[in-house]
Amino acid sequence: MSSGPAIAGGEPSNAALGIPNLGQPRFASPSALRASLAEVGYLADDAIANVVYLADRLAKPVLVEGPAGTGKTQLAKSIAEVSGSRLIRLQCYEGLDESKALYEWNYRKQLLRIQAAQVVGEGSGERGSDMGPAAGRDPQRVEWKSLEEDIFSEEFLLTRPLLEAIRAREPVVLLVDEVDRVELETEALLLEVLSEYQVSIPELGTVRATQLPMVFLTSNNTRELSEALKRRCLYLHIDYPSLEREREIVQARVPGISLELADQVAQIVQSLRSIELRKAPSVSETLDWARTLVLLGIESVDAVQASDTLHILLKYQTDIERAAKELLSAGS
Amino acid sequence: MLDLLAGFVEELRRSGLPVSLTEHLDAADAMHHVHLENRDELKSALGATLVKSDAHWRAFETAFEIYFAQRSPGDALSGDESGPGSPGESDTVPGGGVNLAAGLSNAQGGGGAGLTAQELADMVYRAVRSGDAGIRALVARQAVDRYAGMEPGRPVGGTYYLYRTLRNLDLEGVLERLLDEDRHRTAEDTGQDLTALEERLGVDAYKRRIADLKQTIEGEIRRRLVADRGAEALLRSVRSPLPEDIDVMHATRDELVSLRKALQPLSRKLAVRLARKRRHQRRGALDFRATLRRSLSTGGVPVEPRFRHPHPAKPEIFVIADISGSVASFARFTLLLVHAISSQFSKVRSFVFVDGIDEVTAFFELADDPSIAVHRINTEADVVWVDGHSDYGHAFTMFNDRWGGDVTSKASVLILGDARNNYHASQAWVLAELQRQARHVYWLNPEPIAYWGSGDSIVDEYGAHCDRVVECRTLRQLERFVGSLE
Repeated sequence: MSSGPAIAGGEPSNAALGIPNLGQPRFASPSALRASLAEVGYLADDAIANVVYLADRLAKPVLVEGPAGTGKTQLAKSIAEVSGSRLIRLQCYEGLDESKALYEWNYRKQLLRIQAAQVVGEGSGERGSDMGPAAGRDPQRVEWKSLEEDIFSEEFLLTRPLLEAIRAREPVVLLVDEVDRVELETEALLLEVLSEYQVSIPELGTVRATQLPMVFLTSNNTRELSEALKRRCLYLHIDYPSLEREREIVQARVPGISLELADQVAQIVQSLRSIELRKAPSVSETLDWARTLVLLGIESVDAVQASDTLHILLKYQTDIERAAKELLSAGS
Repeated sequence: MLDLLAGFVEELRRSGLPVSLTEHLDAADAMHHVHLENRDELKSALGATLVKSDAHWRAFETAFEIYFAQRSPGDALSGDESGPGSPGESDTVPGGGVNLAAGLSNAQGGGGAGLTAQELADMVYRAVRSGDAGIRALVARQAVDRYAGMEPGRPVGGTYYLYRTLRNLDLEGVLERLLDEDRHRTAEDTGQDLTALEERLGVDAYKRRIADLKQTIEGEIRRRLVADRGAEALLRSVRSPLPEDIDVMHATRDELVSLRKALQPLSRKLAVRLARKRRHQRRGALDFRATLRRSLSTGGVPVEPRFRHPHPAKPEIFVIADISGSVASFARFTLLLVHAISSQFSKVRSFVFVDGIDEVTAFFELADDPSIAVHRINTEADVVWVDGHSDYGHAFTMFNDRWGGDVTSKASVLILGDARNNYHASQAWVLAELQRQARHVYWLNPEPIAYWGSGDSIVDEYGAHCDRVVECRTLRQLERFVGSLE
């Protein structure tokens, strides 16, 4: 218990009075943030840099939404990298509960502890049995009290990502990935962590954060998130990048690609996205495609090469057929 | 600034965005951390704190552009939207007092006054070819000066001004000209024609730039309207409903496009919700084997009981839709929605009618792409019996004769239509019959309740034999209804 940071019970701190302890800003300005993100290979646009900067200043979580494969998760990873923080990731799935997200008592270990106490009790004397005389009860009760305190101590606590992010002493970035996958009721688990940066454990008290973690929640928008959750977050929608930004991303992430090819790749992908497809190509698929072209030693894409490698960009047969028809044989 | 923010939040609420008090406070808090003279930063800050859904972004953007409009566009030549920190951009006044005439002369002073029509056309061409934002802003200013013919004080949203300007600019012609040039250049350089791919990429690039130009022009017109009439007045004219609140029966073409876009995420969400609801409705029976296996790790004490997953029966759905002119778009949206979530039902069968009726289930099952299915319904379905005016009575009798036997006690029947029967016989007994056979009969009416029963609408007569008659004018109402299906 002594090692735990800021377990409630002492004198009220800033946080206890509801004043968030903001600490030093992680980033000097949005443009500085953009520059340092670019150094680790993440090209943020203005909106991304502005919102992340603001999230740090206001100590609020960021809810990131957008189509799959536009770099939502990568954003959190890159932020962790530039701010020198540890990344703690909570992957959400249907059926995620308290014991997987917050903390859990290690009941197997607790059972062992109780059994060990019984063995010790029986071994040390005859008074250990339940049927024992009245005189024997008193020490037993003391024993139980100490045992109870013992088995609900931090030794038996299994921390899960949310608690871990709160308890960490070093700066951390908490990534709650695909938060739309959990049920509406489970979302409530997040609320205390997100707004107060604290976790209440009935047996231990309230664990408050000593440092404020940066929190990113990502969502693929498969369901409407609750108002309560949205209210607590800043909202950032990351859409497919513009032509120029995509070209820069391709150049930054694909070594050895020529300017001309990067431009062509970005243009073709942009055109593909304007066609009505079941699944538009994402940025990560663009990168895969660009890497393939570089590996094949292609300097400039023509229609044949494009249609041969289209399956890297598009994942449905109907999409591939339609794209080939629209893009590669238009006008002829 | 706080008053300004309060007014802006009020405006967002009027457009239907759910902005809570906490979010308003957050936005006020965020104001301390941004450079107010930088419009981009201000916009991101307000957007991140006040707007929590992508679908609402457009409404926010319109409101922002108008509410925080720049006072006058007469800066330097390159003074386009958001050069950070350029002078005069911090003047974010709602309802600035500059009158239109002053705004106009100001603009002309700014960027090479009085171009001839030929020079302007040339500029447009250059703007599209280069995609340069500076030229684009200049062109927009000049074009609006020349062609929009704006009259001070008129209570309009600027749509007509935009139309008038664009008509005169002949952007289609510019596109053609650029493409021709590309073709010639390639022919001269390499002696070959453009490949289909190159041509397509060229067209797309130019189209994007033309779209940018249109947007700049629209922004320019709005800015002048704000200067003329003030932000509040203009916002009243341009306020448009959120996609989920658009009245499907009277949607414009643009609105239909945004409805189609909204439909896909909506159907996905609905499917997830229905699946979860079904799964969590009740717990299954105790899974004895799994519980026992689980208890081994706790020394034989069954600490965590395990349950089987329940498998409740899924309903069958019969959709019978009127696709005559007046309610066609509504019927199409409903068919798309129901088929998009067809995995949540054990069977979906669709029928469309005008005065004849035809089954169209196969169109949806065969086509990967629902829009193809809708196209085939329009062209192939055999729905006209006599004259192509709705005849519910005849359609229902035909349905009963041909498919009535398929409707079992597991089926829910949805009927879509305004029940405007052109004074034909109602044949309401068919519905009574259906209600006896089926689990539920629902009627979705895309008309406002106030019109029900007026003129040739006989929805009340049919409604007597339905479990529920629902007004269903917007996607929101449609979603709510489909979500409640069992």
